[in-house]
Amino acid sequence: MTEALEILFTASFWVAAIRIASPLIFATMGELICERAGVLNLGIEGIMTVGAFAGWFTVYSGGDLWTGVLVAALSGAAFGLLHGTLTVPLGLSQHVVGIGITLLATSLTYFTYRLALPEVTSPPKIEPFQPLPIPGLSKIPILGEALFSQTPLTYLAFLTVAIVAWVLYRTPLGLAVRAAGENPTAVEAQGISVSGIRIGAVMAGSALMAVGGAFLTMSAFNSFFFEMINGRGWICIALVVFGSWRPGKALLGAILFAAFDAYQVRLQQLTGGIVPYQIFLMMPYLLSILALVLVARRATYPKALMIPYQKGER
Amino acid sequence: MPQQPDLAASPPLSPQGRGEHGAPVLRLQNITKRFGSLTANNAISLDLAAGEIVALLGENGAGKTTLMNILFGHYVADEGSVEVFGKPLPPGDPRAALDAGVGMVHQHFTLAENMTVLENIALGTQPMWRARFDRVAARTRIRSLSSDFGLAVDPDAVVAALTVGERQRVEILKALYRNARILILDEPTAVLTPAESEALFKTLKLLVAQGLSVIFISHKMAEVMGVSDRVMVLRAGRVVGERRTSETTRAELAALMVGEEIAPPQIRDVPYGGQVLVLDGVSTAGRSSGASLDNASLTLKSGEIFGLAGVSGNGQAALSGLISGTETLRSGTIHLFGDEHRAWTTREALQLGIGRIPEDRHATGTIGDMSVAENLILESYRSPRFSRQGFLRRDAIKEFAREIIADYDVKCPSPDARVRLLSGGNMQKLILGRALDPKPKLIVANQPTRGLDVGAVAYVHRRLVEARDHGAAVLLISEDLEEILTLSDRVAVIFKGRISPSSKRGERSVRELGELMAGHGLEAAA
Amino acid sequence: MRLEPKPAPSLAETLLYPVGAIVATLVIASLLVLAAGASPFSVFALVARGAAGSQFAIVETLTRATPLIFTGLAVAVAFRARLWNIGAEAQLYAGAVITVVLGTGLLPLPSFLLIPLIAIAAMLAGALLLLGPAMLKTRFGVDEVVTTLLLNFVVILFVSMLLEGVLKDPTGLGWPQSQKLIAEARLPRIIQGKRLHYGFVLALVSAVVVWIIMKKTALGFEMRAVGHNPEAAFFAGIPVNRVLAKTALLSGGLAALAGFSEVAGLKGNLTLDLSPGYGYTGIVVAMLAMLNPLGVVAAAIFVAGIFVGADAMSRTAGVPSYIADVMVATALLTMVVAILLSRYRLRWA
Repeated sequence: MTEALEILFTASFWVAAIRIASPLIFATMGELICERAGVLNLGIEGIMTVGAFAGWFTVYSGGDLWTGVLVAALSGAAFGLLHGTLTVPLGLSQHVVGIGITLLATSLTYFTYRLALPEVTSPPKIEPFQPLPIPGLSKIPILGEALFSQTPLTYLAFLTVAIVAWVLYRTPLGLAVRAAGENPTAVEAQGISVSGIRIGAVMAGSALMAVGGAFLTMSAFNSFFFEMINGRGWICIALVVFGSWRPGKALLGAILFAAFDAYQVRLQQLTGGIVPYQIFLMMPYLLSILALVLVARRATYPKALMIPYQKGER
Repeated sequence: MPQQPDLAASPPLSPQGRGEHGAPVLRLQNITKRFGSLTANNAISLDLAAGEIVALLGENGAGKTTLMNILFGHYVADEGSVEVFGKPLPPGDPRAALDAGVGMVHQHFTLAENMTVLENIALGTQPMWRARFDRVAARTRIRSLSSDFGLAVDPDAVVAALTVGERQRVEILKALYRNARILILDEPTAVLTPAESEALFKTLKLLVAQGLSVIFISHKMAEVMGVSDRVMVLRAGRVVGERRTSETTRAELAALMVGEEIAPPQIRDVPYGGQVLVLDGVSTAGRSSGASLDNASLTLKSGEIFGLAGVSGNGQAALSGLISGTETLRSGTIHLFGDEHRAWTTREALQLGIGRIPEDRHATGTIGDMSVAENLILESYRSPRFSRQGFLRRDAIKEFAREIIADYDVKCPSPDARVRLLSGGNMQKLILGRALDPKPKLIVANQPTRGLDVGAVAYVHRRLVEARDHGAAVLLISEDLEEILTLSDRVAVIFKGRISPSSKRGERSVRELGELMAGHGLEAAA
Repeated sequence: MRLEPKPAPSLAETLLYPVGAIVATLVIASLLVLAAGASPFSVFALVARGAAGSQFAIVETLTRATPLIFTGLAVAVAFRARLWNIGAEAQLYAGAVITVVLGTGLLPLPSFLLIPLIAIAAMLAGALLLLGPAMLKTRFGVDEVVTTLLLNFVVILFVSMLLEGVLKDPTGLGWPQSQKLIAEARLPRIIQGKRLHYGFVLALVSAVVVWIIMKKTALGFEMRAVGHNPEAAFFAGIPVNRVLAKTALLSGGLAALAGFSEVAGLKGNLTLDLSPGYGYTGIVVAMLAMLNPLGVVAAAIFVAGIFVGADAMSRTAGVPSYIADVMVATALLTMVVAILLSRYRLRWA
């Protein structure tokens, strides 16, 4: 029993937790931006798949790592544009379109993978991002090690949270995004295009989701597997609700969630096969459902979430 | 100003005030807009001078809102042009009108409720890609505007916490903040108490005194006469008359606006019957929008129309919800036909013989993507007439639909047409047919004529009076005081979830009712 | 840009829209085929031949269509009431698990009793699995899309646990698979020696039954009303939550029949690759059919044909068979646009 508790006080546990949290942070911020503008983006799972492949494949084809991140972001934004075009001006069901984008993005990725690498049986590896300990800070026991001996992409994840929070709450653009998710007529009446804001938000959000996917192939692991996103996108949707659509709270949720995930892996090793490993693997999904149920009653959704808007309509 | 040769009954007028010598600040020329076969605006021309208040008078559907949507770039006109301060306005660009100095106060406020007054006002006024939103400058400017124009409001208050009157002030500030020189108000008094309306008119006078110009859209004769310098009357998409306010009369404007004389419903005095519905100290649980009922009491007798006046959001939704079956009781007692009830579900309401005409015919009253016939049996599909052993009886349903369509004059291509394609008036007739056909003994009608054209309004009124004459108890909830006063046998006012004692028609003056609507004397009375 | 409602199209026009969506899909897929360095015409010809060019191909397509009819019906029923059931995959596995539990010798009954009993039990399992998310939606306001999606992962892990545990076939050389069903529990083949089984007939019957429910009964009326406007339905006295619960039971049950039919009709046992995403493909099938239960049959056969044909094509033409998944996903998106255009006119300003 004490062993189970001791895990919590090891640096390696927290390092793992932050690493697991990183892709979730990117994707959760991405989904949060979309939803704050009034669009539920269920394309997240597929867009993460695209990002994972695009980033990895760029590096595999000879690009450098940051180019890979950029390509991932751009390919995510492209699917965001498709999602936004279908759901915003055309006002199609965000549920159906989102699922469609996920199916399309995933299958296109697999198609491209097979086309580009027809012969390979085991996926080729790339040289991923390496940990970049911040001098001084990474020497602080546990907390410092956990936060400051990560790869640059993890630092970018945390930076993204700060930027998203700043933009949403401190800039004219963020004001327009929040208003678009609350009452689009307020945006329209001030001469700002609701469609422009919403499509832009979905593109930016989708780019972040794709970078979240790319983290998996370029920082956490070093190659691309089928089905490697494995529901992480859906978990991020739960994290946005859990974080009440606020970047800071969502970050906290992601870390909490990742810590739990890292913990169950270690617990799994401790129990040594008495409990079937599937039980542990189910935990993240069950936990997400539980989190949704717990906050659902007092959740204050952006009022215009999932409601299409037509110009001149009031 | 271009002439309307066939319609304009008087020679064109030169605008009053300073504009007399200069060019008009706003000039709409020959604006035409068609939607399919409907011509919403037909060669409308309008000039507005500096320092002038022009009223745009017309019934619902006359084309006022379409015209303003064109001015604001939400629609593109099929023909015609818009000039502001002598410069043509590019069509279809909402930003252009704002930048040219035209501000609009919409009938339904365009405010994000989770944001502050300041954020709402400054939204879109600072360069979008700036790294920091300048709150300090915005606050200073809002403060000075509020004091210059007497528009008191706290810039840092969250909009959700503001009263309707305050929200309207925010809307006006939004326009002034953008240096609007021309202000357009769309039915601004629809949601205000008479006292709040008075304050608004004072503000408008103050604005024009400083050289701004105002277009005031309304269908209420009294306020048009009170506040405007000039009146343009719209009917069926055309300008049918233009008068200087000082040179016209209410009667003349009314005749222009309506076109044909529609006889007001004949209200004869019939003796009241027994008590149908008695609410005693009722409070509701707050599932409806707006205020909950708070210790409200009311007695409704058969054979009467009970008119409940009040400003929107004061508990009307809770009251109609309670009777309709969508609201739940927290405390107090309800007696219906002498039996005590603890509220009822929507289905029970129907079984108890309650006919319901909901406030929002699109959201609550009908299902737009289902057919007319299906909408007509929505409340009765379970009766043996329409279904047997769980199977629907197609022929009976069709036959019933044809009956109602004929009886209630619902204009639709066929019983199979989707309701979404019907006009508002025909949708309301469909709802009337559905609610009144089973001969309910209690009818609750919440804003039954909102947004309807004159003909449809008269039709709804006639049907409600008929139902009353046949002994039904009718609760008429309306924000339109004129409607309440023409139809009701007894009148009461709802304010903050409380209901005033009722009075017979004509016992209280409009002024007294207005004071009750503003809450004066009601707390003490209740 | 604006959307204006327009009158309902005639039946012939209604059929034009799915055709248009399919043409658009083919055009987009052609680009991918060109990218793969092949000729679209020869590739599509190969797909068509692989799907319907021989008796073997047709039997194969119909066999593949069988689970898709069930999941397509499940989704069509749920989406009609606007219950976003994205969990047909999980419900399918729930049905399969029950089939294996009851069909491997636990109940020594004759076929005419055993098969219906298993089918009903499987339906119950799927129904209850969807009832959970439906209740979370009506009671707590939790979005059922996310819960049903997450449950897919949970259920598949659960099945994996069973297949490595209590349901593991002791003679299976360590593979995670269940025992074979007893002969009495198996659905017979329609033609001796061909893979097509009576699950296909059951699927056709289900489609007709669902069509009758949706079109002719008060329940179907309630489901449509709730789907189109829950607020108005509630106001009119329709018990919205109860209707959603009934919808969930029906939808989950139909999806579970897919699992039952695959195990009892085709595979004979349960493995983790029982369904290559039939639950998700069911969404495409339902949308292509514009949620019409009879249309689901046609759409399922069409989609199955693409998969079967693409498999055959990729062996000869060297275009990855994932082209089928891309086409199916594209068809979903083009179809929702087509449905929109059938109801609204697009106007520029």
